[in-house]
Parts: sequence; C-alpha cells; structure tokens
Amino acid sequence: MELNASLSLVRPEIILSFSALALLLLAAWMDQAGRLISILAVAALSAAAAFTVSSLGSGSSASAFDGLMVNDAFGNFSKLLIYIAAAVSLTIAPRFLEKAGAMRAEYPVLIVLSCVGMGIMVSATDLISLYIGLELQSLSAYVLASFVRSDGRSAEAGLKYFVLGALASGMLLFGASLVYGFAGSTSFAAIGLAMDKDVGLGLIFGIVFILSGLAFKISAAPFHMWTPDVYEGAPTPVTAFFASAPKVAAIALLMRVVLEAFGSQELVWQQIIIAVALMSIIIGAVGAIGQQNLKRLMAYSSINNVGFILIGLATGTEQGIAAMLVYLTIYVAMTLGGFVCLMQLKDKDGNYREEFSDIAGLSKTRPALAAAFAIFMFSLAGIPPLFGFWGKLVVFNAAVAAGLLPLAVIGISASVIGAFYYLKVVKVMYFDDAADVIAESDDKVLVWTGGILAAANSPLGYFAIPALGVWTAVAAKALF
Amino acid sequence: MNAADIPVLSIMLAIPMVAAALCLFVRAELARPIALGATLVNFILGVVLWISYDPAGAQWQFTESAQLFGPIGWKLGIDGISLTLIMLSVFLMPICIGASWNSIQKRVGEYMAAFLLMETLMIGVFAAQDLLLFYIFFEAGLIPMYLIIGIWGGQDRIYASYKFFLYTLLGSVVMLIAMLWMIQFAGTADIPTLLNTDFPVQAQTLLWLAFFASFAVKMPMWPVHTWLPDAHVQAPTAGSVILAGVLLKMGGYGFLRFSLPMFPEASANFIPLVFGLSMVAVVYTSLVALVQQDMKKLIAYSSVAHMAIVTVGLFTFNQQGIEGAIIVMLSHGLVSGALFLCVGVIYDRLHTREISRYGGISVNMPKYALLFMLFTMASVGLPGTSGFVGEFLSLAGAYKVSTWATLIATTGIILGAGYMLYLYRRIAFGPQANADAAAMQDIDGREMWLLAPIAVVVLWMGVYPETFLAPIRRDVATIVERIERAAPTGDSKLMAADPSTARFRVVHEPKKDVAEGSH
Repeated sequence: MELNASLSLVRPEIILSFSALALLLLAAWMDQAGRLISILAVAALSAAAAFTVSSLGSGSSASAFDGLMVNDAFGNFSKLLIYIAAAVSLTIAPRFLEKAGAMRAEYPVLIVLSCVGMGIMVSATDLISLYIGLELQSLSAYVLASFVRSDGRSAEAGLKYFVLGALASGMLLFGASLVYGFAGSTSFAAIGLAMDKDVGLGLIFGIVFILSGLAFKISAAPFHMWTPDVYEGAPTPVTAFFASAPKVAAIALLMRVVLEAFGSQELVWQQIIIAVALMSIIIGAVGAIGQQNLKRLMAYSSINNVGFILIGLATGTEQGIAAMLVYLTIYVAMTLGGFVCLMQLKDKDGNYREEFSDIAGLSKTRPALAAAFAIFMFSLAGIPPLFGFWGKLVVFNAAVAAGLLPLAVIGISASVIGAFYYLKVVKVMYFDDAADVIAESDDKVLVWTGGILAAANSPLGYFAIPALGVWTAVAAKALF
Repeated sequence: MNAADIPVLSIMLAIPMVAAALCLFVRAELARPIALGATLVNFILGVVLWISYDPAGAQWQFTESAQLFGPIGWKLGIDGISLTLIMLSVFLMPICIGASWNSIQKRVGEYMAAFLLMETLMIGVFAAQDLLLFYIFFEAGLIPMYLIIGIWGGQDRIYASYKFFLYTLLGSVVMLIAMLWMIQFAGTADIPTLLNTDFPVQAQTLLWLAFFASFAVKMPMWPVHTWLPDAHVQAPTAGSVILAGVLLKMGGYGFLRFSLPMFPEASANFIPLVFGLSMVAVVYTSLVALVQQDMKKLIAYSSVAHMAIVTVGLFTFNQQGIEGAIIVMLSHGLVSGALFLCVGVIYDRLHTREISRYGGISVNMPKYALLFMLFTMASVGLPGTSGFVGEFLSLAGAYKVSTWATLIATTGIILGAGYMLYLYRRIAFGPQANADAAAMQDIDGREMWLLAPIAVVVLWMGVYPETFLAPIRRDVATIVERIERAAPTGDSKLMAADPSTARFRVVHEPKKDVAEGSH
C-alpha cells in the first residue's frame, strides 16, 4: 500500500523509465528508426508532462519512499519546464544529426533517460536520491556530448565533460559525506533540523563542497571553465539541450538543497551564493566579448544568466524563488530560441556554420532569421520591451525587497557589460556588409520552432505574466 | 463623441505599431506612404487630443487602465505637460518621414518601421502612468534608435550607435532599481499616487541620484553628454531630428515628472550640483560649438547648452522657471529639429557637413537662407521667436534662486548668438568660394513643406506663447505647490511689489476646485 502510494507519486518518472526501455528495445529491432523513436520519445515526454500539469496550481505536497522524494508544486513546475525543453531539443535535432551521420535511436533514448534523472533531481529530498538523479542525468549527458563519434570536437567535448563532471560529482559526494557525518542524516529535513541547532566547521565544509559541486553542474563561475568547450564541441541540438533542461534541473536542485537542508542558516550560504552570482555575471559578460564562435558566445551567455538567476537564490525569500523560476522559464525560451537560430545557419553546401563572420549582414539575406536572432539577443540582454526584461526585473525586485540593494545595483550595472556582446551579434547581422554564406533554411521545423519562441520572447510574452506569476508563486511556496 | 469612452492614447500607440508591422512586409514605394499616412493620422489625433484637453479639468485626462500584464499596469493618462510633449512628437514625426523620403534608399521598409516604433515608444513615455510601463517605453526606445544610427548612419555609425546604447543603458538600469524600491515602499507603481508619496529624506538622496544618472545622460548634461555629438553626427537627418526633438526631452520630462515632485527635499539639496553642471555646460559646450567645423556637431553642442538652460529652469522651484524650462524644451525640439533639417537639405545636395565647403548660398538659395535664418534666430533667442520666451522665463525664474547661476547661464545666450551667427555667416553669406555649393538648387516643394510648418509654430510660440502656456500652467502650479516646502530661499533681494507694475503681473489663482472628469 505504502509502495503503491509512493509509486503513484512518481508517475512521470515511471512513464519515462519504461518508455526509455521500450524505445531501446524497439531500436534494437528496427534499423534506421531514429526519427520514429524521436517522435515516440516526444510523446512519452508529453504524457509525463500531463501528470505534472494537473498539480501545477495546487499547493499539495506528498512525500514518497520514506522521504527520499517529494511530489510538490515546485518539482512539478521544474519537471514541466524540463520536459518541454527536452521535447524541443528532440524536435529540432533530426536533420542536424542526419547530416552528421549520427541520427541513431540512442539520442532520444538518452534524452529520455536524462529526463528521468532530472525528474529525480528536482524532487529529491535526500542526499542519496539527489546523487542518483544527478548521476543518471550526468552520465546521459556525457554520452550525448560525444554523440557524433566521428567528429573530434564532439569526442573531445564528451571526454572533457566526463572528466570534469566526475570531479564535480566527487566534490559533491565528499561534501555530502561531511554533511552526513556532522548532521547525522542524509534527509534534507533532518539536516535542516540538525543545522537549526548548531553549525560546526565540518558542516560548513560540507556545505561548501556541495555548493561547489552544484555550481559546476549549473556552470556558475568559478566552476564554469568546461562550459564554453563543451558547448562548442557538442552537436548543436545537444548544446541546446545542455543549456536548457539540465540547467533547470540543477538550479532547481540547488534551490531545494539550499532552502530545505541549509535554509535555517542563511548566513552560511548566502555569502557564497552572492559571490558566485556576481562572479558568474561578470565573468560571463567579460568572457563573451572576445568570442568569435557563436556557440561559445551562447555558453558565456548561459554563465551570465545563471548569475542573474542566483541573485534570486541569494535573497532566500519566497519571492526570490518565484522570481528564479520566472527567470528560468524565460531563460529556457530565450536560449532554446538562440540555438534554434544557430542551427539554421547552414551554408549553400548544407554545412553548419557557427562563426561571427558567417552571420555578417544576415539581415539583408535572411531578414526573418536575423530578426528572430536579434529578438533573442535583445531579450537575453534584458532590454525592454522584450520578455527577457521581465525575468531580470522580477529577480532584481526580489533582491530589492530582501534589502540586498548593493547586490542589485552591482548586478544590474554588470548587465550593461553583457549588453555589449549581445549588441555585437545584432551589429554584425544588421550593420556589417553581407557575407552571404547562409542559405535559405530548408527545415520547416526549425523555422516554426524559432518563430514560436521569438513570439514568446517578444512583447507578446507579457501576456503570460499573470499565469506565470501564479504558478511560480505556488511552486515557490512548496519550498517554505 | 464622448472622448472619455474612446481610448485615444491606446489608439495613438497602436496606429504606428500596426503601420510599422505593415512596413516590414511591403515594398519601399508603399512603405513611405504608409508611414506618412500613419504619422499624419496620429498628428490629427494629437490635434483632437489638444482641442479636447481641458486645462481646467481633472489633472489627469484621457485616463485608461487595464490589468493586462500582471504587475505591469497598462495605465495611460496625460496632463498638460505630457500633452505638449506628445504634440511635439506627433508634429515632428510626419516631418521626419518626409525628410527621409528621398535620402533613404536602402531598406526603406525597415527604416520606416523603426521610426514608427519610435513614435509609439515616445508617446508611451509621455503617457505612461505606471512606473514600470514608463520604464519599458523609456528603455525600449534604445533598440530602434540603435538600429537607425547603426544601419542608416554615416561613416562612424557603429561606434556612435554603441556609445549611444551603452551610455544610456548604464544610466537607466540604476534607475530601475530605484523604481523597484519605490514601488515596494509605496506599494503601488501608479505614478499619480507616487507623486504624492513622501519618501524619507534619507532615501530621497539615493533615489534622486539614481534617477539623475538616467536623466542626466538622456538630457544630456555635462559631463555625460559626449554620446550626443557622436550620435547626432552619425544619425541620418530624421534620426537627428527625433533625437534632438524628442528623445532629449525625455530627460527633462523625467526630472519634471519624477525627480522634482517625488523627491523635493533631495532636489533642493542637489540644486548646487545641477546649477553647477549646467553653468559649466552652458559655457563649455558653447565654446566648443564655436570651433566646430562640422555643422551637425555644432548644432549638437548647442543642444547641450540649451538643455542646460532647461535644467537651470527646472530646478528653480518656481512657476516661471519651470514653465520657461518646458517652453525651452518645446522650442528647442522644434528649432534644433528644424536646424538639423536645414543641414539635411544642403547635405543631400553636397554630401558633406563641412562648414567650409559651403558659403554664400543665400545667393542661389534665397528661400532656404530665409528659413535657415529664422531658425538661427530662434536658436539664438531673438524676441518674437520661441527661443526667447522660454529662455527669458527660465532665466527670470532662476534669478530668484541664484543670481550667479543666472549670470553665467545668460552668457549662453550671448555665446549662442556667437556660434549660430558665425555658422550662418559662413554658410549663407560671404563669397561663393565653392562652385558646387554655388550651383545648388533652392529648396523644392517637399522641403518647403518640412520647414514651413515648423517656422509657423516657432513664430506662433514666440508671438503668442499663451497657447502653449495655458495647458501647462495648472500642472506646473501643482508641481510648484508640491515642492514648495523644500524651495530654496534664493539670493536675489526681491523688493516689495511696486504698485505701479501691478498691471504686468499675472496672479495665479490657487488651485481651483474642479469637477472631476468634466472634460
């Protein structure tokens, strides 16, 4: 009975696990089934998403497997975001991978498995389940990064990601063992209780190591070094996936750990988060300036954006968490849109291009693509009236409400540095002479996905503010 | 027609938006008339607004309110100050489109779309009654202007467009934090409510500085004015007109709408700063203007000097000074816009802004020389033109606060006469040294249609300023009343009123009780 109740709470994970296994079997029986399995995987993700949607608006929270996992609004909101991002990454991938000769059935299966891991990450309430989810997600991601085996860059990216990822996992585990040793439990609730009484040096060490390991996973400075290399080397659809779904999962996980396990001792972690946030914003912005490769640029952009998201966490308030979720949602739309535009950059021979020089004067030859790209860039820079502005606004609003005025002022001033390189993309596309290397896009799926995401980032997105506000508020409440 | 039921302001915002979207998809030959039509319709709506605005009615008229975007309220409404600035925008817009009719040949649809978008945002800035909505309109203007300078600008357009964008963005983001703090403090983003919220004096200082960072850059005040000459020189003619005509006014409008009534104590404390910077600006930029070889740069520097007189007028804390500042803003919007158009006219013929490449063109271009002279005189502040009214009023107001500041600011008028007349002499008079300049055709019908309406309004404002003072009088009085508690004493030793001059004085009645919504 207890088991049945628990199982019913993890329906999305069960659906995805069984679909992944079934799809793997199907792939073994059928040749060249990459596309079909992709479609089935999207269907599985939709089915899993359907179970999360129903409880978005309700604040109910139920613990499963003796407190290893929880089914609450926060987890469900994050899962929905993850599934959508994963589905988009699946939808946009086939042509790219076919061109690279790597449209194999393992791609959708790995993404689905990764989603299972991410689902566990965002609903874990115990260090053990946290680690299991994180590793399931990470191992899938290492393979995905090196998915185009024949390409040296992709293999290099996979290896780099694996080595550094393993290091980060090690740090996380080390921290977890310290926390377990000093708090006497792996459960977040119990750690929280133990910390309420007394925080010794051992616990602080544990917290620092856990936060460092997680900072690596969300590619926050100073643990960001792997990001540009992996983003550049991995196949573009995989990079789009890395920049969206796992980031949501890891940030959601970080929120839960920090607030549920360490929440009672705000002073211990707040300094760390503030430092990491500001470093990410500044390093992400400054590092991007010299980049010539657009994928590397997007990597630095994601480091930069993580910094802004962490400002919400630094507040440690319900409002801050809701703001982070709003920002995350918009960030997923912006960054996926950016990558969808990148994937449309094909020259006349059908090769994918990703350098600045290739998009020179793009607005003359491909006005619609250039306009969409410009929308994503301005949105990432947080310039009103684009939707990205709203994300920045709510995060800074939370910081102001929590009295972190210096943080807000420094953070928002640093966003001007970031605006510089986003503007550079627009400048190259609009002001420079046409290089005319990019051909008309023949992939209708990309055109439509890009169009929809661009509309979401345009001022039309503002109509979503009320709904987004309600859901994120309910989700944030679940953590307090 | 019951004006209260029709969302005129929303319609005025929507028309250019729709037209902008259309322009993106049509050929150049169609984009031009669409843009012109849309701006003219908006101008007519502006006139309707002007006529149906009741200066004695409610403070905020044509109000609209809708909860579309959660915390960002779609709240619009105008008072007299907004009205005059909106009129300025919709008046200049068709002229800008006309000025770009032939000179813009590449990517016409996108150009027109950018300008129309700009119009929506300008009207939005002046009509917004929600702090966040205001910020969105205020900041969003950066994008079309960045594109206008960067795509259709001159040689160094990329440097200028970056400088424009980053400078103004850096100024504004800190203001956003201040706005968020204010919203949290007051519990509302409603501007009319915030106007009557008393913030703690301690906080006012910081808030004032944050707003100052934004508006001083936008204005622009010395020493953060350096983006303006670059942006002006590189922007296409119509871009310069909009930049000088309306965008600079957003800074002044911001001081008037936010800094003064929301933070009266801080404003009073910072009078020495504002006056100091303004005095430096008047003298320094006038001298810089004197040595310019580039016509557009000269006018750009003269703009900085004129805007310094606006800031002096605004921070006088009295009716005359603030009314004068508003009239200078309107006048400068028209006159500097017209001067940029005049530069554009000869630039289109000779493709150079170098002053020494012209000379003696009053011989071959008499009509042009006449109009150019009128605008030169208006810029100098000759009585009978709009420039005189505004500068006289704001300096008279300033005299009550600080005689020294007034003394130095007044030198701006003398220096202004210096550099403007010097410019005019070098271009219009003297020997016809350059054959190609001597062969230029006089202005044609289109150019006449661009310049003549501005000339008419400049003279109108100079001869009968009451038309433009009437709608703002009551709102200025409201602001003065609000900031009276912090008003500086002033160093001029005013005499008791001399009965023999009583007939020259206009006694402003204290605010009348007016029936709400009776417009």
